[in-house]
Amino acid sequence: MAAHDIEVILSRQLADCLSLPIFIVGPKGTLLFYNEPAEQILGKRFEHTGVLEVDEWSKLFRPQDDKGNTIPPENLPLVNALNKRKPAAGSFWINSLDGKSHKITVTAYPIIGRARKFSGALAIFWKEEGEV
Amino acid sequence: MKVRLHGTRGSYPTSNRENEYFGGATSCVELINGTERIILDAGTGIIALGSEEYYKNKEFNILLTHLHMDHIQGLGFFGHLFNPNNKINIYGPSTTYESLYSRLNRYLSPPLFPIPFRDVPGNIEIKEVLNTELIIGSFKITSNFIVHPGPTVGYRVENQGKVLTYIPDHEPIMGSMEMFDDDDWLSGFDLAKDADLLLHDAQYTSKEYSSKVGWGHSSMEHAAEFAHRTGAKHLLMTHHDPLHTDEIKKRDFGEFMDNHDYDFEIGLAVQGSEIQL
Ligand SMILES: [Zn+2]
Ligand SMILES: [Zn+2]
Repeated sequence: MAAHDIEVILSRQLADCLSLPIFIVGPKGTLLFYNEPAEQILGKRFEHTGVLEVDEWSKLFRPQDDKGNTIPPENLPLVNALNKRKPAAGSFWINSLDGKSHKITVTAYPIIGRARKFSGALAIFWKEEGEV
Repeated sequence: MKVRLHGTRGSYPTSNRENEYFGGATSCVELINGTERIILDAGTGIIALGSEEYYKNKEFNILLTHLHMDHIQGLGFFGHLFNPNNKINIYGPSTTYESLYSRLNRYLSPPLFPIPFRDVPGNIEIKEVLNTELIIGSFKITSNFIVHPGPTVGYRVENQGKVLTYIPDHEPIMGSMEMFDDDDWLSGFDLAKDADLLLHDAQYTSKEYSSKVGWGHSSMEHAAEFAHRTGAKHLLMTHHDPLHTDEIKKRDFGEFMDNHDYDFEIGLAVQGSEIQL
């Protein structure tokens, strides 16, 4: 496999330094990396899972709206940022592996490099106030 | 192919006795296959190539890694630029909005340079590179963006089954000595994979690096680890810090080698030396 684009590598270097959960996906939606704070949400370690395809990782979150309805992958901000190549944001509930439900807000943006090459997308997860 | 090192100094040129062994001219490497030549970077090292006795060709190919001064300062003083019969192709990385020509023109125009770039008599063609593959004569060249402030590429040059990789300015991982475990997360990996010779940034000792994080350069440890990971067969550390005298360079390198054991050849790049691949 060829090395990732430099914009993706630098995104991971940044994600590595931040305390906010960050997910980085490739142009086809493959989850390439998630940082340590994101491991807390997923209840999985990147070293153990390695890369995950869209249908694998979108199921892990089990995202739900305020009424408890499951949100389909195409309505998730990260998938939107990927498909439309525009920033996207949204709030929803997820179940983390510890069995608890958390309300989170997600900001996602496409990673488009100097050559205007689309290399994937990055999502930052913010827990709602009061959540730990 | 022959690899001739015309400039191995980083940041700015130096000229004093204490630095003369490794040389004071900034980044420039010439690759030679018979009568064919290409030039990597145009630091002050390129000036020595400017005479007609040295260089009889009428066509020149200069590949810039980036536009920091230590990689272009010699361009305006490269004698062949001033011969209207010469064709000079200049390759370098583009940005999203400003052309390579416009960015070079910021240096090659008044007040920093006596005449505007457009008035230089040679026939100059500017060619932008990204993650690009190009062929120049018998040289097959790959450029890839690498981690360094501003648009910067490294070059992988293949010729007659041999590979030279040139990454003179590179900070593969910022603020850490530990590179990511997977090779596909390593900046510059594809460029240096199994190279016969890797010319790589090693401006600092690891102690110096700790106070220069984000400046875009490597420690000797970074360079050696990068070479090890990519499977390069021979590493020449380059982009020597201008404050490092020959004595300091030899001492630091000696200490580094005493404390590390790699199974490939490692040395320091010396201005004026030539390596046959
Ligand atoms: Zn430099
Ligand atoms: Zn530089």
